[in-house]
Amino acid sequence: MLYYTLKRLGLAGLVALTVSFISFGLLYISSDPAIAMAGETASDADIEAIRQLYGFDRPILVQYFDWLQRAMSGDLGKSYYFRTDVSALIAERLSTTMTLGVSAITFAIVLSVPLGVAAAIRPNSLIDRIALFLSVMGQALPSFWFALMLIVFLSVSLRLLPTSGSDTWQHFIMPTIVLGYYAAPAIMRLTRTGMLEVLSADYIRTARAKGLRPRVVLFKHALRNAVIPVVSLTAVQFGFMLGGSIVVETIFALHGAGFLAWESITRNDLPTVQGLILVFSLFYIVLTFFADLLNAWLDPRIRIN
Amino acid sequence: MSEIDSEVLESQTKSSAFRRRILGHQGVMIGAAIVLAAVLIALSAPFIAPHDPYYQDLLNRLVPPVWDSRGSWEHILGTDHLGRDYLSRLIYGARISLLIGVGAALISGLIGTVLGVAAGYFGGRVDMVVTFMITVRLSMPVVLVALAVVAIVGGSLQVVIMVLGFLLWDRFAVVMRSSTLQIRSMDYVAAAQAVGCSTTRILTTEIMPNVVNNLIVIATLEIAHAIILEAALSFLGLGVQPPLPSWGLMVSEGKDMMLFEPWLITIPGVALFLLVLAINLLGDGARDITAPENRN
Repeated sequence: MLYYTLKRLGLAGLVALTVSFISFGLLYISSDPAIAMAGETASDADIEAIRQLYGFDRPILVQYFDWLQRAMSGDLGKSYYFRTDVSALIAERLSTTMTLGVSAITFAIVLSVPLGVAAAIRPNSLIDRIALFLSVMGQALPSFWFALMLIVFLSVSLRLLPTSGSDTWQHFIMPTIVLGYYAAPAIMRLTRTGMLEVLSADYIRTARAKGLRPRVVLFKHALRNAVIPVVSLTAVQFGFMLGGSIVVETIFALHGAGFLAWESITRNDLPTVQGLILVFSLFYIVLTFFADLLNAWLDPRIRIN
Repeated sequence: MSEIDSEVLESQTKSSAFRRRILGHQGVMIGAAIVLAAVLIALSAPFIAPHDPYYQDLLNRLVPPVWDSRGSWEHILGTDHLGRDYLSRLIYGARISLLIGVGAALISGLIGTVLGVAAGYFGGRVDMVVTFMITVRLSMPVVLVALAVVAIVGGSLQVVIMVLGFLLWDRFAVVMRSSTLQIRSMDYVAAAQAVGCSTTRILTTEIMPNVVNNLIVIATLEIAHAIILEAALSFLGLGVQPPLPSWGLMVSEGKDMMLFEPWLITIPGVALFLLVLAINLLGDGARDITAPENRN
C-alpha cells in the first residue's frame, strides 16, 4: 500500500507539473503580456519598458521556472486587472465555489443514487425507464440554457428565488440544481450498473437463501459493494464540476472562482487565468489521487497490479 | 444443401437480424430521423431559408413568432433584436453546430485513435506515455482552457473547431486503447504476426476493422459533446463571433430580453437540445446494436 501510494503520488506530481507547463506555454506564447498590460494605445517604448520591468524579454523556459518557483511557495504573481495577489484573490473566491460544488454534488447524489438503486431492483420496469429517460434528457440539456429557463420560470414567473448574486442561501438554489443535474446522469448509470452486477452475485443469493430480510440484503450487502466505483466517479465529477462552475457562476453572477475565471479571461488578465488553471487542475489531481487510494485500499487487486 | 449455400444463408440471416435490431430500436430510429432532418436542413439552408439570415430590418425588430397574436406568417419564428428573421438564422445555425461538431470530432478522433491504438498495440513505454498524456489532458479544465485560448487567439469557426479538436481526444484514446488491447490478444493477430505481416498491415487490416464500431460510437457522442461546448463558448461570447447565427450566440443575444420575449431563448435552446439529444440517442443506440454487452 505504501509503495502504491508513493508511486501514485509521484504520478500526481508529474501530472501537475506537466499541466502547469502546458498552460503556461499556451497562454504566454499565444499572446504578448506586455501589450496586454500596457493597453492597445501604449507607445512602443512603454511596451518595451514593461517588457523589461516584468522580465517578459527573457526566454520562455526561464520565465516558466521563475513562475514555478514562486508558485511552489504560494505566490502566483499579481493580477493585471485587480492589482492584488492572485493567490489571495483565488483563495477569497474559492469558498463560494466550494459551497456551490459541495451542494451541487450532494444534490446530484441524493437524486441519482436512490434512482439508480430503484432502477436496478426492477430492470426494465417503469421506474427504470423513467430513470433512463431522465439521464438521456439530462445529458442533452445545455447547462447555460437550463439556467436561463430556470430563471425565467422560478424567478420571474413564480417569483420564488432571486435571479443573481451570492448573498443568501437562496441564491445558491438554482446554481446548485444546474450544476448538480449535470453530474447526476453518470452517477445514476454507474449506481444502476453496479447494483445490477452485485445483485446477481452468489453472496447475495446466499444472503437471501439464509432468510435475511430483503432490506438488509439490499442495503447492507448489495449497496455497500456497488457503491465503491460510484465513490471514485463522484470524486472525478466533483473535479469536472469546477470547470462547469464557470458557466453557471457567470449566469447567476455568483462571485466565485468560476466567475473570476470569466472576468480575468475577458480582461486578458493572464496571471489570474494561469493561476486558476493551476488551482482547478490541482484540485482535480488531488481528488483523483484520493479516489485512487480509496479504491486501492478497498480493492487489493488494484495495488498489486 | 451445400456448404456454400448454408454460409450464404447464415450471412443473410445475420445481416437481416442486424437490420431488424436497428429498425426495432426506438432510440436509434428517433435519433436518426432528427439527425437526418438536421443534416438535410443544414445542407439545403440557402434554398429553404425564407429570408437572408444576416439582413437587418430595423423597422421590424422583435416580431414574435406566428403563434403569438402579434406574430405574422412573414416571419414564422419572429425576428431578433436587429430585425433578422429568426427561422432563417435557426436554419443557418444548424450548419454551424454540425460543422463544429463533425470538425472537432474528426480532429480529436484522429489524435485519440492514433494515440489509443498505438498504446494498446505496442504497450510498454508507448502505453505509459499515452496513459500519462490522457491523465494530463483530463486534469486540464476544458472550459477554462478553451475560453482562455479563444480569448487570446480570437474567436472564429476555425479556431473553435481546432481548440475543441485538440481538447476532446481523451475519450477516443481511452476507448481505442482498451479495444485494441482486447483485439491484440486474439489468435488471428498472433497468426498474422507469425506469417510475417508488417506492423502497418496488422494495424490496418486486423486491428482497425475490429475497433471501428467502437470508434463510430465514441465519434457520435463526441460530436454531441463538441456541439454543446461550442454553444456554451459562444454563449459566453468567446466562441463563434457575431453576426454568425450560432445557436449559443442566439441564446446569448436574446437573454437580455428573455423576461419579456422568452421565445428568443426558448427557440434556439430547444433546437440545440433536440439535436444533441438525437445524436446521443444515435450513439447510445449504435452501441446497443453493435456491442450489446457494453450497454451499461
